[in-house]
Amino acid sequence: MSKQSELIKEISGVNPLKCMKCGKCSASCPSFNEMDIKPHQFVSYVQNEDIEALTQSKSLWKCLSCFACVERCPRGVKPGKLIDAARQVLIRQRGQEGLTANEIPALLDDETPQQLLMSAFRKYRR
Amino acid sequence: MKYSYYPGCTLRNKAKDLDLYARKCAVALGFELEELTDWQCCGGVYPLGSDEIASKLPSVRALNDAKQKGQDLVAVCSACYHVLKRVNDDMANVADIQTRANNYMALEEPYKGETAVLHFLEVLRDRVGFEELKKKVVNPLTGRKIGAYYGCLLLRPSDVMAFDDPENPTILEDFIRALGATPVVYPYRNECCGGYISLKEPNLAASMCDKITSSAAGFEADCLVTACPLCKYNLNKSGKLPIVYFTELLAEALGVKEGDK
Amino acid sequence: MQKIGVFVCHCGSNIAATVDVKKVVEMAAKEQGVFHAEDYPYMCSEAGQSRIAAAVKEKGLTGIVVCSCSPRMHEATFRKAAERAGINPYMVEIANIREHCSWIHKDMTEATEKAVILMRAAVAKVHLNAPLMAGESRVTKRALVIGGGIAGIQTAIDIADAGYKVDIVEKTPSIGGRMSQLDKTFPTLDCSACILTPKMVEAASHENITIHTWSEVEKVSGFVGNFTVDIRKKARYVNMDKCTGCGVCQEKCPSKKPLNEFNRGLNTRTAIYTPFAQAIPNVPVIDANSCIKLKTGKCGICEKFCQVGAIDYTQKDEIITEQYGAIVVATGFDTIKLDKYGEYAYNESKDVITSLELERIMNAAGPTKGHLERLSDGKAPKEIVFIQCVGSRCSDDRGKPYCSKICCMYTAKHAMLIRDKYPDTNVTVFYIDVRTPGKNFDEFYRRAVEDYGVHYIKGQVGKVMPQADGSLLVQGVDLLDNKQILKKADMVVLATAIEPNPDVRKIATMLTASIDTNNFLTEAHPKLRPVESPTAGVFLSGVCQGPKDIPETVAQAGAAAVKVIGLLAKDKLKTNPCTAKSDELLCNGCSQCANVCPYGAITYEEKLINDHGIRRTSRVAVVNGALCQGCGACTVTCPSGAMDLQGFSNRQILAEVDAICR
Repeated sequence: MSKQSELIKEISGVNPLKCMKCGKCSASCPSFNEMDIKPHQFVSYVQNEDIEALTQSKSLWKCLSCFACVERCPRGVKPGKLIDAARQVLIRQRGQEGLTANEIPALLDDETPQQLLMSAFRKYRR
Repeated sequence: MKYSYYPGCTLRNKAKDLDLYARKCAVALGFELEELTDWQCCGGVYPLGSDEIASKLPSVRALNDAKQKGQDLVAVCSACYHVLKRVNDDMANVADIQTRANNYMALEEPYKGETAVLHFLEVLRDRVGFEELKKKVVNPLTGRKIGAYYGCLLLRPSDVMAFDDPENPTILEDFIRALGATPVVYPYRNECCGGYISLKEPNLAASMCDKITSSAAGFEADCLVTACPLCKYNLNKSGKLPIVYFTELLAEALGVKEGDK
Repeated sequence: MQKIGVFVCHCGSNIAATVDVKKVVEMAAKEQGVFHAEDYPYMCSEAGQSRIAAAVKEKGLTGIVVCSCSPRMHEATFRKAAERAGINPYMVEIANIREHCSWIHKDMTEATEKAVILMRAAVAKVHLNAPLMAGESRVTKRALVIGGGIAGIQTAIDIADAGYKVDIVEKTPSIGGRMSQLDKTFPTLDCSACILTPKMVEAASHENITIHTWSEVEKVSGFVGNFTVDIRKKARYVNMDKCTGCGVCQEKCPSKKPLNEFNRGLNTRTAIYTPFAQAIPNVPVIDANSCIKLKTGKCGICEKFCQVGAIDYTQKDEIITEQYGAIVVATGFDTIKLDKYGEYAYNESKDVITSLELERIMNAAGPTKGHLERLSDGKAPKEIVFIQCVGSRCSDDRGKPYCSKICCMYTAKHAMLIRDKYPDTNVTVFYIDVRTPGKNFDEFYRRAVEDYGVHYIKGQVGKVMPQADGSLLVQGVDLLDNKQILKKADMVVLATAIEPNPDVRKIATMLTASIDTNNFLTEAHPKLRPVESPTAGVFLSGVCQGPKDIPETVAQAGAAAVKVIGLLAKDKLKTNPCTAKSDELLCNGCSQCANVCPYGAITYEEKLINDHGIRRTSRVAVVNGALCQGCGACTVTCPSGAMDLQGFSNRQILAEVDAICR
């Protein structure tokens, strides 16, 4: 497991030790109420090497990468990059994609911009 | 003045207006957008992982093509601009990404972030100048109260994007003012519309967009202006306010909106 | 040929745990000219020093090398020991094998090898050392205090009480500083003005204190005991001797637009003004940037109404030059600018204010006459949110990395006072930590919570959103409940980080006093010499050295005064003999050394030179040993190698380099 926490730190470039637990990330997050593990908790899951729980978390699919947490963090921790790295670690495994080709037709409407499909592919699949 | 132009996937399809008006306005303002011949889709989202190289290459190709032409690279779509600018920053400042991307690319001369990436709005602000723009307005949008919607892509992370103040941006308000309209400032203008989440969780995106449009409506905005097709799509669903591309407003003010569409 | 003794200190285990001291002794004994080498657990102890004396006597040593801690710690100790043993103190060299070696290395072999090299370099230098004699300089028995806040006032009073003359230079129109802007003080809630004004009056009426307000330090030269300072007395346009302080001029002045600095720009003042009612001196100044008469030549109303003819539009800035033995920096602080913190909407909403602005709002002499009101619409706020650590404890470029120290306590104070006076107003405090180390401090904070019902939430605020109805929506987090909070507020108060007064950079440069990366002045030693600057004769008082509350500031101000008194009590000071000296035969009078000298110690003379029997007149550099501080800038600048630093000659330094490279 510790290998995976190292991998997350490497992919994200985040040093969890810089966090001072002020909560500004969670105070800024537009998806806070949707998340089971909250932005300020991401760092402790990585520090405690509890990667299993993190990668099974709903939060992976609720983070919008809007970077409000990254912009406002007073310690330069970048929680948004950390959760994105956890998502990467998960979807790089076979069968863990969050979006399959079969699902797509039902999700489209007449106005769906190409950009939305492209973005979703990049977020849900490797 | 000639700029290399990167339209991006959506401007070729669902957001043709955004592209068309941008080109028309460029002509009216005396600069030219020269589309790159071999551009590929930027991917819509900047690949955050430090070990993601292949997904950054389409951007590197576009950036290098502009470098070869000796031109600055202009994008109109917020997402394309965001991805191009961040990849460019990686190529200039992150040694590992620079080395590995160049190993893939096998260019005659390695690409090291030399190209300047500009949003169309930056061209208006920094090259044309809003004062100059004001002089070219033939149909001033007098009396219209317009809310600027920035979203996240143009502004954050500000250390890389360096586009405007990430919490208190003014570029779109200055733009609206230059067109003769009144900007409406409301606090949700830099909050996220939900982005990609609207594909699988439309309700979640809708609740976010509702906060944005309600807030703007509360401050008595007639409409919202955006530079991003995905923001427009998501915001439209809330139905509270008309959402328009900034290029459409610009074309209207410059008197080039109608005609050969 | 010197006879050198090498003394290697263990410093308990500080050195001996990482450096093989026996090995250093063994290697020292092999060095040319070393007649004695030994090690000892604590060389600085009485016993250690007497071993040096004994060895000098027994072996007839002429030079000493002590391998120990930094010369900043014990060079003086060992020089005195050498002097007692009959050797010139400048024949002692320290090889720093602690800070430069044992403390920064882990591997014993490597550290020992380095210690041996450092020892060799010191031995090589001692071979070229020559006895030096310290000169003497007199002490001007007058002190300068820069800054007239509570720190400067207290330092000045304490020095003056000891019988020495003190001048206070204050750049604003009145002494009083930040403390005069505060309403109440924690943890006793006594009125700030009530305890400050007696001090201001005491300073103003003290026979030994001269106060220069509306004045700035312009230039500083000289050295400890003998500073020469130019003070710019800015044109006040009011004759201080004639003015009675009646205030009619301020009532009549038609220029009412300038922002009132004393009220943090929350309201306006007139162009002729005294910043506050208890100002000292009670003589107004005319702000030339907004005075109609000075700008356009028309108006002159204040002159017309002044009964005593005190208005003088022709006044010019005046430079006075004074001599001082010591200088105290007491330049204080300001709050940081909040332009980079757009998420708090400080620039967008009048109802988002800093805590210092709240002090003015709560103060009877403030913009709202002490009524707690929203500045946007004058309504009484019913919900107030305080946000802690705004700009403090930040590692990014928006804020400051340090804790501002005073915010937790003044916020508890504000919250308590509001709840006391306006019981139907709710107060919420978002905090990261509540830091209350201080006498009766935590008790004070608990009173705010338990007796006054102040609602403390552990968590930060992400964004403050001004609403169309004029209220503020605060989006924060409660980390203990793990909930995001959306709270409607009428007023938001930001505990804004404090920073040293921006002018301090300029002053530090003039004084050659060092400042840290946050612009706080550096102490000579962070623990043992906290009120002295590393620059001799320059002392530190108050927040210019680091964040402090009032009692700490007053304590430090007194401590700085004691150091000044100790200096001024001396008639003469020993000067450092390690000064520059020019070789007249080599000097070609090019002036480059004089240009780089920060102390103005170098002049030129036409001199008759006897150059190996050939007599010629030549323009040569002459160093004033009393002014020279031995910085060495001239020696490296001199193109002909004529300038040399005694005790650190080019030959000595090259000998050290040779020894290290051997």
